[in-house]
Amino acid sequence: MAARTGSNNAAFVANWAARMAWLVFAGYFLYAASHLELTPARFLSGLDHAGKFLARLFPPDFHRWELLAKGMLESLQIAVLASTLGVLIAAPLALFAARNLMPAWATWPARAAMVLCRSFHPVIVAILFVKAVGFGALAGILALTVASVGFLGKLMTEAIEEISLKQVEAVRATGAPFISLVTYAVVPQVFSRFVGFVSYETDANLRNSTMVGIVGAGGIGGTLFAAFQRFDYDFVCAIVLTIIALIVMGEVLTMRIKKAFRV
Amino acid sequence: MQPAATALQIRGLTKEYVPGKPVLSGIDLEFAPRGITAVIGPSGTGKSTLIRCINRLVEPTSGEVMFEGRDLVKLKRGELRAARRRIGMVFQEYNLVERLSVMENLLCGRLGYVSPFKAWLRRYPQRDIERAFDLLETVGLAAYAHARADSLSGGQRQRVGIARAMMQEPRLLLADEPTSSLDPKTSVEIMALMQTLSGMHAFPVIINIHNVELARRFADRVVGMTGGRVVFDGSPDAITEEHLKTIYGGEDWLE
Repeated sequence: MAARTGSNNAAFVANWAARMAWLVFAGYFLYAASHLELTPARFLSGLDHAGKFLARLFPPDFHRWELLAKGMLESLQIAVLASTLGVLIAAPLALFAARNLMPAWATWPARAAMVLCRSFHPVIVAILFVKAVGFGALAGILALTVASVGFLGKLMTEAIEEISLKQVEAVRATGAPFISLVTYAVVPQVFSRFVGFVSYETDANLRNSTMVGIVGAGGIGGTLFAAFQRFDYDFVCAIVLTIIALIVMGEVLTMRIKKAFRV
Repeated sequence: MQPAATALQIRGLTKEYVPGKPVLSGIDLEFAPRGITAVIGPSGTGKSTLIRCINRLVEPTSGEVMFEGRDLVKLKRGELRAARRRIGMVFQEYNLVERLSVMENLLCGRLGYVSPFKAWLRRYPQRDIERAFDLLETVGLAAYAHARADSLSGGQRQRVGIARAMMQEPRLLLADEPTSSLDPKTSVEIMALMQTLSGMHAFPVIINIHNVELARRFADRVVGMTGGRVVFDGSPDAITEEHLKTIYGGEDWLE
């Protein structure tokens, strides 16, 4: 067999563009690390401080359990209300945004609304609502509702756009009005996925509702922030443990709900 | 033919998906108030488009479709929905709502008559529910009322599809290749079922079909299409090999 020569016969082609990209990335990583003092020495001195902090966390102090319970219940209520309102707004909005069912004049405004809802982190939205409607749970509920609409709306729109149009065509051929078309040909195809999305979003809202309080939008976050500032680290620990318990409970609950809906 | 003896009249029906490239060019057809008409022709010749232009799942480019004294092409949305209620349709891939039960799929045939709110709550008139059970009996699926549609076999699904169309108490039944996804034996059973139903109720049936033998066996009339035009229109016995060559082109496949 004749020896193959020349670059034309190489089994693998070198991708110089990709190699350059890796090189640039590695260079930027090292630059950013040196700029922000990401050095082993700095890390070790931080560890020393962390050790002292951890020691002060234990044992957790549950003496002020009434304050704790009040904050936690408020967080839970914020999460449930925001998730429910989010679904009620996101589901119809997703229908309007679905390109396979709606004309362009309906999909563009609906999509724009969702992008707007998603463009800011919930904490930033919470700050806006605290300024707009004042301190308290209402600001938290509104902030998390906005976040839910943005997130659920996007997922629900994609689910609706993936349905089988054959089923829609058949129901349309019977002369069904549009609303019946939606409840009979669209909803059955997307319902189980919607349940999945909503349980996931409720889970996220549960976590976020413990955080919006930091900016004064109600819930346990406010209590947590105050405890930090007063160096009540044992109370901080009690709050953190309770939040973990709540998240785990939420996880179990959403699993049960999914099972109940046979998802 | 007397006007009274015509249930459906298509005049100059043309459909262009791309301007200047007609899929249907000037179709003229009349259908008597009863009997099965089989439409045969090669794939892509516009058979499905023809059927969908009748109930306007596809919008015709021009032409008339006269049904019950009105031109369906000119109807507004609400009037079109009212007209569609009287036109049953059966699909190649059954097009059942898979996650709904067989009973719910049948009742889809009544959606045009029940308010959306009542339909959502499944509050159908008792008469509709009784009719649904009767039809399930007729198509041999009485035991499957509560089964989910996606748990059925192909033949069973097509029976549900036919029963759904019959729920509409149609004055016209359209079938778009109802047997193409089924095995030969089931295909014959499905065609026989449609023949029985069209004999029991007085309405015309238009069936797109690939299988010439099935068309010969079950149809009262055969329409042959090629290139978006009607090239044969007559009784099944009148079809010769010459006609089939014209319709499908070539002759090697006939041997």
